[in-house]
Amino acid sequence: MMSSPTMHREEIALESPWTPKQHYLNMSYGVRSWLLTKDHKRIALLYLLSITLFFFVGGFFAVLIRLELMTPQGDMVQSETYNKLFTLHGVMMIFFFLIPSIPAVLGNFLVPMMIGARDLAFPRLNLASWYIFVIGALFALGSAIFGGLDTGWTFYTPYSSIYSNTNVVSAALGVFITGFSSILTGLNFIVTIHKMRAPGLTWFRLPLFIWAHYATSLIMVLGTPVIAITMVLVILERFFGVGIFDPAVGGDPLLFQHLFWFYSHPAVYIMILPGMGVISEIVACFARKRIFGYRFVAMASLAIAVIGFLVWGHHMFLTSQSVYASMIFSLLSFLVAIPSAIKVFNWTATLYKGSVSYQTPMLYAFGFIGLFTIGGLTGLFLATLAVDIHVHDTYFIVAHFHYIMVGGMVMAYLGGIHFWWPKMFGRLYPEGWARFAALVIFVGFNLTFFPQFVLGYLGMPRRYHVYPEEFQVLNVMSSAGASILGVGYLIPMVYLIWSLKYGHVAGPNPWRAAGLEWETPSPPITHNFESTPVVQRGAYPYSPEEVQVV
Amino acid sequence: MWSGFPLFPETASTVAGRIDNLYFFLVSVTAFFTLLIFLLVFIFALKYRRKSETERPRPITGSFFLEFIWIGVPLVITLIMFTWGAVLYFDLARPPKGALDIYVVGKQWMWKVQHPTGQREINELHIPINRPVRLTMATEDVIHSFYIPAFRIKKDVEPGKYSTLWFEATQTGEFHLFCAEYCGTRHSLMGGKVVALEPKQYQAWLSGGAADETLEEAGARLFQQLGCVTCHRADSGARGPALEGKFGKPVLLSSGETVIFDEAYTRESILNPRSKIVAGYPTVMPTFQGQISEEGLLQLIAFIKSLTPRQEGNQ
Amino acid sequence: MSEAHPALAHHFEDAEQQHEAASLGMWAFLITEIMFFGGLFAGYAVYRMKSPEGFAEASHHLDIALGGVNTAVLIASSLTMALTVRAAQMGSRRFLMLFLILTIALGSVFLGVKVVEYTHKFEESLIPGRHFNFEGMYSRTAEMFFFFYFAMTGMHALHMIIGVGLMLALLVMAHRGRFSPEYYSPVELSGLYWHFVYIVWIFLFPLLYLIGRH
Repeated sequence: MMSSPTMHREEIALESPWTPKQHYLNMSYGVRSWLLTKDHKRIALLYLLSITLFFFVGGFFAVLIRLELMTPQGDMVQSETYNKLFTLHGVMMIFFFLIPSIPAVLGNFLVPMMIGARDLAFPRLNLASWYIFVIGALFALGSAIFGGLDTGWTFYTPYSSIYSNTNVVSAALGVFITGFSSILTGLNFIVTIHKMRAPGLTWFRLPLFIWAHYATSLIMVLGTPVIAITMVLVILERFFGVGIFDPAVGGDPLLFQHLFWFYSHPAVYIMILPGMGVISEIVACFARKRIFGYRFVAMASLAIAVIGFLVWGHHMFLTSQSVYASMIFSLLSFLVAIPSAIKVFNWTATLYKGSVSYQTPMLYAFGFIGLFTIGGLTGLFLATLAVDIHVHDTYFIVAHFHYIMVGGMVMAYLGGIHFWWPKMFGRLYPEGWARFAALVIFVGFNLTFFPQFVLGYLGMPRRYHVYPEEFQVLNVMSSAGASILGVGYLIPMVYLIWSLKYGHVAGPNPWRAAGLEWETPSPPITHNFESTPVVQRGAYPYSPEEVQVV
Repeated sequence: MWSGFPLFPETASTVAGRIDNLYFFLVSVTAFFTLLIFLLVFIFALKYRRKSETERPRPITGSFFLEFIWIGVPLVITLIMFTWGAVLYFDLARPPKGALDIYVVGKQWMWKVQHPTGQREINELHIPINRPVRLTMATEDVIHSFYIPAFRIKKDVEPGKYSTLWFEATQTGEFHLFCAEYCGTRHSLMGGKVVALEPKQYQAWLSGGAADETLEEAGARLFQQLGCVTCHRADSGARGPALEGKFGKPVLLSSGETVIFDEAYTRESILNPRSKIVAGYPTVMPTFQGQISEEGLLQLIAFIKSLTPRQEGNQ
Repeated sequence: MSEAHPALAHHFEDAEQQHEAASLGMWAFLITEIMFFGGLFAGYAVYRMKSPEGFAEASHHLDIALGGVNTAVLIASSLTMALTVRAAQMGSRRFLMLFLILTIALGSVFLGVKVVEYTHKFEESLIPGRHFNFEGMYSRTAEMFFFFYFAMTGMHALHMIIGVGLMLALLVMAHRGRFSPEYYSPVELSGLYWHFVYIVWIFLFPLLYLIGRH
């Protein structure tokens, strides 16, 4: 079958699987053509490679942590090493995997295609953002190799600014630098979504994936500079010994926490909003229905982004923050839970009277909805002032944010990767293996992190190398789960790579999904569309009244 | 490894039960909604599974009524959680009058405790049950967090500030004491046990390890040694204000502001005397930064608290 | 794609879309910058409120005359920058280059004065750190003040240096005749940036030099 540029869009969807002769992957060859590419799809793949690397680096640290915690005595590694392990696990996973994961890979690949554009507004900035990311990552890796880092990913002062003997400066520089990569990505998305939508693609016709990325970008642009300047202050303090966060010379360590969480709490939404966008696409496609309450889901993304900026003080209920400030932060934290609840209810309602199929991406979406619900609801425990006193800084909070980050974001990321894999590479992954892996990951995940809720309420503090003996059983359960989870993550690595060569040819639209990205060949051509598409209907036109040609 | 496999912490203070009740409420809400979502997803996914590749479900765009319900119901529930949690938190923030004062200093990686009668402990805290205990805490280096899970209480201790924490134990026994805020290499070893005793046994314990001097006496000694007494006298030529009977009361400053003469103000005035001068006195006091430890500061505060107005002290 | 201007990138429909995208991008970037400086301003505000007297005392050690001159220089440069954009709009290459050169000159004067001020501070041992030496009651607060002084003006000076670099690049482009009344986005957007950096100074000058001086 030949690629036929003149073919009508609806017809493409009905064709038997084929691959265009020329597409973005084989337009040009050689390392240079990749390292100097301005094609958003190629940059997305550069990101895919780099963050996969960091995911496994961070995962490796996690494995060592869980191995150490098999026994209460702290006999495998020294305390110093253990502290470095959990710090590097956090830094790698948060700054170099979770924050870039969906936006920089799937967002980069799909935002222009979903809105009918040929590229992001600033392709050169886009490439620059990848280079900045890599440079930042090198600094962080450098700190891991030369001297390590033992401050925890939160860099709390005065420990990080005065007391730590590890390589804080290099790691802080890494976070500072990589922040700009995130800013540039966000800026690019905002401008692209505002200015480059195809004719007829009004705001309320946009896929919810785009809404989620728009909200994420707002946080990236508004929040990231604050962490950047905070890291600069920590670095300056370490270099010059000026006590901006040192109470001995008139500084206040709490100021650091305010500045840090002003970014890092919204950053949590950078890590989950794009995942919500992915889930909306998958649920609509595999239930063959428009997302229930589209406008509510879209607005919920914006609400999360906005209210998310007003809740940072809930990380400081136990500090000297005033009781009244804590109350306001607590109230606002409850409010930010509402839009998340709206989304979960709407996804569930979308299934009602749908036509549900259980392909792998949908399995991940089910997993996401369930685990995110648990993660979100346990967040309420932490927003509740009196209960937070007890569970703050215990394994309860570790379990909570892993339910959101791993149960939520990583599930969504994997679901998204499977969903758009045929679009990215023109080949299908093996469905059986993929379903099996999804199941293994779900089981492994729950076994790893559910016991940690119990541990947390029992009072086991986080970041503990040595712990009382009565906590061992639960810790062993958690470690056992982690080994299952680890295997679960390795399986997709193998079959996805295998599928690049041996997978079935996917064709432009293997899922018969709606959305502009499915109207291009798989893999897409460099400019995405032969001619700019014109949009005449809203998102998710899966139903008979909305689809003329079936 | 199976020796003792608890799934729920001991409940050994007056607030523990109250926090547990709120916790159970939260757990039931979580369980209810989690089951609801799981069930709905399961039922819908099964009932509406794809039966043929050509089926096309009828479009449903949404329902304002349903949206209203699932915005409104969670909103009400979360407001209940908020109010309940805030009321309890507020109670925890206010120590009751007449509590037993114990002073705690955190440093990498130990908790140092001083009892008013002068006994000192490291990584252990002996307390009587059925009596409110108020801890005044400081740290010599980084941020620590004082945590007794069985009492459901925890409080960060920040450098340069005093934090207070109170509890009333209801059960005798030994309970874990942890540092909950990551503080460096041996963070996980910064802790020990809280020993809650019957009041009589507590008295026995106190007299068993009789100290050379009480906290106030130690403070008085420092007050002499550091030369505080040369200026802070009650006579008319004194260069500093007399301190008798002033603690806990408002003080008028030279800037015109009024502050409460509390632990934090005492500490600030010793370490950074020029920041808040009492009205009518010259700015002559030197700083004692570096000359006095956190423990010494707490002894001085205990001493100053104990000063009652003497007859001749009332100018 | 009616007009195939050489500056039109392949992925834009037309020059107007490209221009709108570029200017929205610049505005978004400036918002980022506001948040970036915002962190410093927040820190400054917190510590100033903690010990206003010390900050006032320390601010006496800043040279109000040099600060004032620099303010005037920046105001003038803002004017020449506006005129640069105007010249680009009108398509006058001669005036475009003239005003660019003036803007660069004024920017350099500002940076020169800053160097003089920094040197004075160095000589007076007012650089925070081990060699900091401040006579008077508030030496600790003063060190904090000077920390903020150097962090804020340093960050601002860095932006000025980048600004002058941008102007130099524009000058080269203008010399090669790259701009026309149809295409002058780089000039306009660099102008936005320049005005932003100038406005930051308009906040810094009173905060650091003027407030609390008797």
